[in-house]
Amino acid sequence: MDFRLTPAQEEFGKGFTAWLEKNLPENWDTSRHNTFDSWEKEAEAHRRFNKRLFDAGYAGMHYPKEYGGQGKTLMEEVIVLETLASTCFELKIAGIITFGMAVPTIFVCGTEEQKREFISKALDGSHIWCQGFSEPNAGSDVVNVSTRAVKENGHYIVNGQKIWTSFAHIADYCILLVRTDPKAPKHKGLSYLLMDMKLPGIDVRPITQITGASEFNEVFMEDVRVPAEMLVGREGDGWRIAITTLMFERAVGDAVMGGLFVRNIRNMIHMARHMKRSGRPIIQDPVFRQQLAQAYIDVKILKSHGYRALSQLLKGGLPGPEGSISKLLWSESNQRICERALNMQGPSSQLMRGSPWAIQDGMWQHLFLRSKGNTIEAGTSEIQRNIIGERVLGLPKDISRVSRQKEI
Amino acid sequence: MDVTLTREQTEIVRQVRRFLDNESPMKYVRAMFDDQRGFSDRLWAGIAEMGWTAMRLPEEFSGLNMPFVDLCLVLEEMGRALLPGPFFSTVLLAADALVQAGTPAQKAKYLPGIAEGKIRGTLALYEPDSGADPGYVRMAAEFNGNEFVLSGTKLFVPDVQCANFIVVAARTAPACDSTKAISLFCVDLPDERVSIAPLRTMDGTRKLFAVEFRDVRVGEESVLGQLHEGWSSLRPVLQRAQVGICADSVGAAQKSMEMAADYAKIRIQFDQPIGAYQAVKHRCAQMFEAVESARSLMYWAAWAQDEADPQEAALAASSAKSYCCEVGTSVSTSAIQVLGATGFSWEHDIHLFLKRAKANEMVLGDPVYHREQVALILAG
Repeated sequence: MDFRLTPAQEEFGKGFTAWLEKNLPENWDTSRHNTFDSWEKEAEAHRRFNKRLFDAGYAGMHYPKEYGGQGKTLMEEVIVLETLASTCFELKIAGIITFGMAVPTIFVCGTEEQKREFISKALDGSHIWCQGFSEPNAGSDVVNVSTRAVKENGHYIVNGQKIWTSFAHIADYCILLVRTDPKAPKHKGLSYLLMDMKLPGIDVRPITQITGASEFNEVFMEDVRVPAEMLVGREGDGWRIAITTLMFERAVGDAVMGGLFVRNIRNMIHMARHMKRSGRPIIQDPVFRQQLAQAYIDVKILKSHGYRALSQLLKGGLPGPEGSISKLLWSESNQRICERALNMQGPSSQLMRGSPWAIQDGMWQHLFLRSKGNTIEAGTSEIQRNIIGERVLGLPKDISRVSRQKEI
Repeated sequence: MDVTLTREQTEIVRQVRRFLDNESPMKYVRAMFDDQRGFSDRLWAGIAEMGWTAMRLPEEFSGLNMPFVDLCLVLEEMGRALLPGPFFSTVLLAADALVQAGTPAQKAKYLPGIAEGKIRGTLALYEPDSGADPGYVRMAAEFNGNEFVLSGTKLFVPDVQCANFIVVAARTAPACDSTKAISLFCVDLPDERVSIAPLRTMDGTRKLFAVEFRDVRVGEESVLGQLHEGWSSLRPVLQRAQVGICADSVGAAQKSMEMAADYAKIRIQFDQPIGAYQAVKHRCAQMFEAVESARSLMYWAAWAQDEADPQEAALAASSAKSYCCEVGTSVSTSAIQVLGATGFSWEHDIHLFLKRAKANEMVLGDPVYHREQVALILAG
């Protein structure tokens, strides 16, 4: 058992950190959460920064060179992502779907043409992807997707509506789950398409979320003609591929989010040294100290657990039971950390960005609100616990779900 | 970086589980729970024969010199089986203190016997005013020019009823800084000036005692490690023992979770197994999350004791001690809830797991103490 990186990996990490210091956007503050004035600026910063990473040989470390990757292992990729998360997480947010879902799915399930067409363009920042899974009647029950795709003269004609589609307003492409066979059992009638967001018939309407920002959207599709070669896998394979996609999203989450939390804890300590309660620095408050320690322990759980899951993957294994709790771990610990940081501020916790007396320019207020989405997006905590209960612990499904499955 | 078990380590786990399934089934655990001595010589001899008392001892003293992680894997299985007896006191406390600080003569005197299962020891640390702080030592050892004279009361001394010697922490200098004031002594037992009184405890798998020292005289050859610097010797020993207790708690929590999940599959209420209800299913899933998180943290802490720098080792031990032991308690508590009235009965084994977990949570620093240790390192 060894939690240490090899000397070569250490060296690689140091090299990357040194490169990063010189290549962050101007006036970038690595100690805190940076914000952008508009989505256009955020998308632009994301593309530009990914191009720099790509040109310097730090994009897609574990993908083969013929697709624009670096031909190294997942470990190098994790080192890069962890370092990015602890210095400039914000620059990568717009690429979460791109790198967490689209690229790995295309790499594993896509055709040779799709791999050549899309992977390197995602890695170099040319393409941003969005995820078209959820619909008004297909949330946690995503197999209920009703957006229709009918094959006609070498195209799929797509009609329907997606919702909670993150980054659709800035995306170039969409991984789209559609129903191609309404007569087949629900989970066998789905297919997985790669849809160009510039095609005619696509209407994107932003939804404002509790932070006041609009990361996600409604996407309406009316007779959108997606070329048939944009099908991933076979017709009817959509559900299996979607599950693969979700597994990837969860696989490297822990280690990467661990990087982000390291920065958050540094920030908490900084705040606690400068803020006072009854005139005394909060850092001396025994209750705060307990919470700080627990936040640190949360980070260490993420990191040690992430390394354990990663070790399995590196040895060629599938994500084991330890992989199935990753999503729960990072989402719930992020909420706890944000909650603690906010509570430290007392009445100042009410002050939003731009307010006089706002602490760290209201960054924690934003993070606190944004964290509430963590236990909903990418599979709610409740769905995760069903998966663990049923697939890992072998507990039975409830009667209503059993009988419904018999019907279909 | 490779956080997986090697083939050899997987084999160790398999061996320990098979041995304990046969030699220490719940029937034996229950018998020892009520027994004053708390273990059988036959089982202790078996444990020594398997080499587990010798795992961490140097080769020149009949030891196997194995990594600390390997011992933690054994301890995890022992926790799973609720193994009763003096393994914790002898191996994690007394023997480890000797390995850490003993002179060659002291090591030669005790270690080969420990390896062979013929000698057992323990550590006397806590005092009536210590509370949850294992570092609060006030008992005096006064030097009369010839010998040290130990007087005072030690509490919560584990398994001293069967110990051949006791490592005692006492003050030899008036310094406020405990790192410059405490010394360790080896006191052979029985000694007519040492009296022991059993404490009636919630957990019966490890016996605890109050130990009274009445002018116990020991020579300089009994000082373990540097005079006045006993705390520095003891700290890494306590850290390892804390991580060992974490492994025990992880094993006990794993078994508690399995008992609850197995029951949830077969207990029918309202026409379906209770595990089909999300209220129960999610409770079980949360047990799984807690156990796996605790195991990952324990692996890190176990690895760090041998391999990381002292600060990381200390951070890891305290992080794990607070978290893993809280998980031990919460998972066994949750298991009782899933088991319902059955789980509340004396007849079902689950209460034994709760009791061991609670004892683990409080031994060698409670979670609040350890979180403060983490905060001290992080923020001063």
